[in-house]
Amino acid sequence: MSAALPDDALPPVIEPGQNSSTITTEISAVTLERPTGWLWIIGLLISLALSGLLFVGFCWLLYAGVGIWGLNIPVAWSFAIANYVWWIAIGMGGTFISAGMCLARQPWRSSINRFAEAMTVFAVSVSGIFPILHLGRPWFFYWLFPYPDVMNVWPQWRSSLEWDFWAILAYLIVSLAYWYVGMLPDLATLRDRSPTLAKARFYGLLALGWRGEARHWMRFEQFNLITAGVAVALVFSVHSMVALDFSEALVPGWHETIFPPFFIAGALFSGFAMVLVLGIPLRRFYGLQAFLNDRHIVNMAKMMLCAGLFVDYSYFSEIFTAFQSMDRYDFAMTLHRLYGAYAWAFWGTILLNVLNIQLLWIPRVRRSHAAVFLIAIGVLIGMWLERFMLIVSSLYEGFVPSAWGMFWPTFWDLAFLAGSVGLFFLMFLLFARLLPVLSMFELRKLAHQGGSGGVERGGEP
Amino acid sequence: MLGLLAEFADAEQLRGAVLRARHEGYADIEAYSPYPVDGLTEAMGLRRAHVPFWMLLGAICGGGFTYWLEWYSTVVNYPINVGGRPPFSWPAFLPPALEMTLLWAVLAGALAMLIGNRLPRVHHPLFAVRAFDRATGDRLFLLLRVANSNLEARRAHAFLKTLSPLSISEVSE
Repeated sequence: MSAALPDDALPPVIEPGQNSSTITTEISAVTLERPTGWLWIIGLLISLALSGLLFVGFCWLLYAGVGIWGLNIPVAWSFAIANYVWWIAIGMGGTFISAGMCLARQPWRSSINRFAEAMTVFAVSVSGIFPILHLGRPWFFYWLFPYPDVMNVWPQWRSSLEWDFWAILAYLIVSLAYWYVGMLPDLATLRDRSPTLAKARFYGLLALGWRGEARHWMRFEQFNLITAGVAVALVFSVHSMVALDFSEALVPGWHETIFPPFFIAGALFSGFAMVLVLGIPLRRFYGLQAFLNDRHIVNMAKMMLCAGLFVDYSYFSEIFTAFQSMDRYDFAMTLHRLYGAYAWAFWGTILLNVLNIQLLWIPRVRRSHAAVFLIAIGVLIGMWLERFMLIVSSLYEGFVPSAWGMFWPTFWDLAFLAGSVGLFFLMFLLFARLLPVLSMFELRKLAHQGGSGGVERGGEP
Repeated sequence: MLGLLAEFADAEQLRGAVLRARHEGYADIEAYSPYPVDGLTEAMGLRRAHVPFWMLLGAICGGGFTYWLEWYSTVVNYPINVGGRPPFSWPAFLPPALEMTLLWAVLAGALAMLIGNRLPRVHHPLFAVRAFDRATGDRLFLLLRVANSNLEARRAHAFLKTLSPLSISEVSE
């Protein structure tokens, strides 16, 4: 932002004096040598318990049907879709950091992109569960796929729900490929540094025989660069499809052209928040201070603030458009949203997504890791509330009062939400223990080039 | 014997060594580094690989096939009139085609990268060399493939010595 801020005194991207040796030793030690901490074990047990709850819920849902959730007519969408949008949106932030900032040549992203990309893969995997379960008869979900069948039934290509299927499918597979291929050189490092044969075999198989030949690197870099471009296009198109699930419906509060850009801003907002929520403890517990410092946290906080301001503008624009349109249904829906039965969800969203982030304008707050962590948690809760508010407040009071009805979450609604958080953290904790958490080869390259943060302001890295 | 492997600590040294080796007439050389070294491809005189071409081809096939499938299913195989919508609703058919364009591009790229690099290959003679463990850490290596004769090997060894590497190891088949 402005050069007058004291942020210019931030430390360089990686600690001076770091070189290929120290980077390799310190980061591979996190995976290979560090003993398993009790905090990690406690975290794993909690996430395992929550994932178990999700599994029980899953089985119960297959047996009893979606009626175990609190949804019904008129509120036929609720927690499941809110969870789905929330999770897939979190993934977007990770892709934007690893791909968008790669294209924008931001050297400081080298410290973040690996776990941000892992976060994407896990968040998208978790998100995909919900639309499938929400189908009602989840075991027929493959009907969305155009396979040659004897019933001669094809998918409805004109439906945004079908588009969504293609979007999630493409996004999940592309994220996995980008993440895994980008990890090959680091898996090879772990293979070559493994203290035991079993570990060497494990990483050796995963590394696919990577040797770091000049030819390998040439193809690797070609693939990475173009995939980064494709991934950015995916971020914008996939989340537009998610938004079109809403705007294709003739429901006041959903049928709006602002939805795709509004959803993309919200996606980046919550994704950046999740990167901070994961990165700050990761740095602390794994002693990664040399690679993740104030500069990364401050930069991420600024990006979160920036995305948040886009979201805040969209809130304003939605309300303004509703009143300016003079459409009585839009009018009524907006008043219900602001003062109706779910007003708490609306004002909670405003508190967490609008007021909460304004604290980040203060340089001292941006520099305090605890403050940024808490604000990011607030943003994650706020973004979930926003999706819930958008869904429920548009549905619960329909066009005629006879079609009005409340939605109350059941135990299983809450269990699926908590379980999805548990499953996400289960995967992330295993990742932090088993795979390279930071991109070693990119940090080596950065250290080789001087590793200064001075190039950050638009210069060539 | 497969060749001789010289170890370096610095990327500039490796690039210089590659240029010197090519100048001396060693054509069958290979360079290894723990991170992509700028200018190494040019120093090696490698032809640009074709990963971008395969990605473009994948993109065209993925998008084209999906768009064709949408046309085939709604116009040829099972045309059905719902509220007078045209069977081939081309704008509404674009989103799946777009997503498959992007997906197939990346899958084709990943395949082209792996096949072009002859990966996966779980075993390689170089893995038997102790020093080579650091090729994915903090050391850079130059491999000279030499003919299976004592004279050639000795000449190559003497040449590598002039590059002042940290170590020289023999790589056996």
